[in-house]
Amino acid sequence: MAEFELLVKSNMKRAYYAALGFLGSHDSAMELSQEAFIRAYRNFKNFDNTKKFFTWYYKILRNLCFNYIRDNKKKVSISFLESADYTNDEDDPVYAIEKNEENKTIEAALMQLSFEEREIIILKEFEDCSYKEIADTLDIPIGTVMSRLYYARKKLGQKLGKVLS
Amino acid sequence: MTDNFIYLLEKYLDTSANHEERIEFENLINSNPELYKEYKEQKRIKEVLKQMKLKNPSVEVWDSYWLGIYNRIERGLAWIMVSIGVLIILGFAALEFVNFIINDNTTPVLLKTGIIILVFGIFVLLFSVGREKFFTRKHDKYKEIQR
Repeated sequence: MAEFELLVKSNMKRAYYAALGFLGSHDSAMELSQEAFIRAYRNFKNFDNTKKFFTWYYKILRNLCFNYIRDNKKKVSISFLESADYTNDEDDPVYAIEKNEENKTIEAALMQLSFEEREIIILKEFEDCSYKEIADTLDIPIGTVMSRLYYARKKLGQKLGKVLS
Repeated sequence: MTDNFIYLLEKYLDTSANHEERIEFENLINSNPELYKEYKEQKRIKEVLKQMKLKNPSVEVWDSYWLGIYNRIERGLAWIMVSIGVLIILGFAALEFVNFIINDNTTPVLLKTGIIILVFGIFVLLFSVGREKFFTRKHDKYKEIQR
């Protein structure tokens, strides 16, 4: 149990943010990232110690999130992005309101993407994973990561339109 | 869009392109306005996303994160134990009841036969369900995916 506790503590933030990117809500992200850890614990005997724990865990989390989104399409409340720069927000309330509106637009656009498209954007742009890390996590070639990312960004661009200009 | 363009574009945007790749990419976009427009669009989207980050939860969330998991694992084990206990008690009570009926000389033979067939049927049913579960688990490669 102590070994598993260490694994949870060293991976919980990444797990939570990955779930948050998928689901768009704090409560669901908490619930599902914890549930995925519980399932990982129950199947810990199947985990290959020579591989990265997070890669194995991520597959469980991904399936859970995928099923959750499929089953709760209209129930999910979205709020998962914030401005990376707080300084302007505090000085200028008008800027803060505009920024908040922009966040909402981007959140809505991201949620309109398919599960795979959103996943790759979250991993690359918000979790700052390298192409190699994404390829390992999703078990796909680097070339596929790049093209999936390109087309996901392109689709996001079409949905963002006004924000981009 | 060619695979090579996408490959170079991604590396360029990611600032992981080497010198030769950078030169090749810059030549490509400078010689083709369509590709240049494509590059500008992708760069802009990346910049917009760069200004955002995933919302941070409160610090207390991390303090209680492991405890939440531990409690749920513990409760899961407790439920399994409670279920096994209840099954044993119910099984034992059912066995005693059947024994009592069978050994009672005043019970009609037809009722005794019915009880024996019922008990046998329940055993066959449990065995069948158990076997089916076992084989599905062993052979279903998508068993970890919740349908």
